[in-house]
Amino acid sequence: MNNPLLEVRSLTTQFFTEDGVVRAVEDVSFEIFPGEILSLVGESGCGKSVTGLSLLKLIPIPPGKIVSGELLFDGRDLMELEEREMEKVRGNDISMIFQEPMTSLNPVFTIGNQIMEALQLHQNLDKKEARKRAIEMLDRVRISSPEVRIDSYPHQLSGGMRQRAMIAMALSCQPKLLIADEPTTALDVTIQAQVLRLLKEIQGEMGMAVMLITHDLGVVSEIADRVAVMYAGRIVETGPIEAIFGEMRHPYTKGLWESIPQLKEKRRRLNAITGQVPDPMNLPAGCKFHPRCYLMIDDCKKEEPPLYPVNGEHFSRCLRWKECC
Amino acid sequence: MTQDQFLLQVRDLRKYFYREKLFSSDREPIRAVDGITFSIRRGETLGLVGESGCGKTTAGKAILRLIEPTSGQILFKGGNILDLNREDLRRLRPHMQFIFQDPYESLNPRMRVGEIVGEGLEVHRVAQGREKAERVSEILEKVGLHPGDAMRYPHEFSGGQRQRIGIARAISLHPELIVADEPVSALDVSIQAQILNLLMDLRDQLGLTYLFISHDLRIVKHISDRIAVMYLGKMVEIANGEDLFRRPLHPYTQILLQAIPKLDPSGRSQGAPLREEFRPHSLEKGCLFQPRCPHSKERCQMEEPLLVDQGEEHLVACHFVS
Repeated sequence: MNNPLLEVRSLTTQFFTEDGVVRAVEDVSFEIFPGEILSLVGESGCGKSVTGLSLLKLIPIPPGKIVSGELLFDGRDLMELEEREMEKVRGNDISMIFQEPMTSLNPVFTIGNQIMEALQLHQNLDKKEARKRAIEMLDRVRISSPEVRIDSYPHQLSGGMRQRAMIAMALSCQPKLLIADEPTTALDVTIQAQVLRLLKEIQGEMGMAVMLITHDLGVVSEIADRVAVMYAGRIVETGPIEAIFGEMRHPYTKGLWESIPQLKEKRRRLNAITGQVPDPMNLPAGCKFHPRCYLMIDDCKKEEPPLYPVNGEHFSRCLRWKECC
Repeated sequence: MTQDQFLLQVRDLRKYFYREKLFSSDREPIRAVDGITFSIRRGETLGLVGESGCGKTTAGKAILRLIEPTSGQILFKGGNILDLNREDLRRLRPHMQFIFQDPYESLNPRMRVGEIVGEGLEVHRVAQGREKAERVSEILEKVGLHPGDAMRYPHEFSGGQRQRIGIARAISLHPELIVADEPVSALDVSIQAQILNLLMDLRDQLGLTYLFISHDLRIVKHISDRIAVMYLGKMVEIANGEDLFRRPLHPYTQILLQAIPKLDPSGRSQGAPLREEFRPHSLEKGCLFQPRCPHSKERCQMEEPLLVDQGEEHLVACHFVS
């Protein structure tokens, strides 16, 4: 296999609040290879978004801090970079899109202006060239009559179109990595399907890598190549998509899956995970999932399990992964 | 079929909103709900689906007169609730309750849980004092909370628990009909499953009838006996849930069902990515879905299709049912 584009080693990000330390991300390691879609999946508070922001060093300091870890991107450690060098990485080598395009677009500038800004800043294009490229990008995200729409303000576009414009902006400098944080969560289901298909296709055309952050296993199964499931700041299961959806080897992944109503089955009670996500300031000892786990034994309370190899690239952080299927 | 099988019958319900414009006589209304007709049998769950802006929430609120409908009939146990005066409507309220989407905003932060859940008991003079406290404890246990939670405030609870409080309030007066508006949309997936199970258990235990409003087709399919699909203020299809998923007849329903993300990576949806979505605007005549419809013909631009029974109580509003 070729070399990873991004290698995250033992990333630990914490927030130091008046009430105590929030251990948002704890010892998270993963790789993203060129041209693949890795999905970080988990519920609110699991640390998936903080992981994404940590990669771009966008964690507000204070109260946040990347306590330790290495972020090896394209041969250099982003952790070592000064803020000024980091600014050259953001939007150029690594781009990010967010859930709600309306809040990430500036309402007083046209979308064209906003796309051109990045091009002029990072690619040293003059205004005319930047405008030409911006129109190309809008066409690429399949916005009709891009030469007209480029002068639209964000409020003149529908939700799906705004997200397309965001994608055009994020991809304008041809980044090697796109971090997409819940890119379709605010969209209607028919629009979601269109935007996902668009992302997948453009990703193929441009050959960039994507880190897709989502809570939705349906979205994961539609476009991801590999999956990392997060719970309480940790990766609890990771592997190629076929392996994970073929045999889930962590009770949390399985619980998430069984919480979703299946369309083909007759109606029955859902096999819901009991209890709720632990308080990040007060995590349980041992395996963080043990208070909600149906496979829990005394050993689970004692020590935090490592990521056990299941098969090839498939790993599970469960002591009893063999019994979970 | 006898009339009294139906707990709720909605006939040609409309809710128009008028834009307030300075110096303008523009009285072209926004037709949020534009003449919908449907019925719910006692003990049945009707799922109401559609995308944002289709009018499903407005319909739900209008049915309980939380907002006043523009016109139409709403027959609850045979009587038109639009004919009721304030006092009669107040007396009817215990029988029909609403569960809101956002458990953070629908609970008064200054009231203890016991007061929130017991308020209805007191207002409708069902129980007071110790009897009220006992009833509240019972209700809290029924929704999976602890009786001791009555003394706590909403902010002390997680999202899922707050929705349980909202459900406790809704069932406190033994309602017959509950309109639940996106009751699990704000919750995490694992908590969604807990609340869906609770709603289904309560339906069986208390013989409730639900109008279940949601944009999530998986969830609607899971909980509903019948499903109604709305598009731009109109009903486009109503059918038994299994039947609707097996043979969706309206082109919009077909597109909606195809858009549900599959949970199977080997069955990924194929096809070229579409151009930007059509932005709907109100048309003078014809089918509202016509501009987006892949099967659109000339007749669709001229004549509005009516909701017609295609057999087995499968109703569709389309000129060209395939």
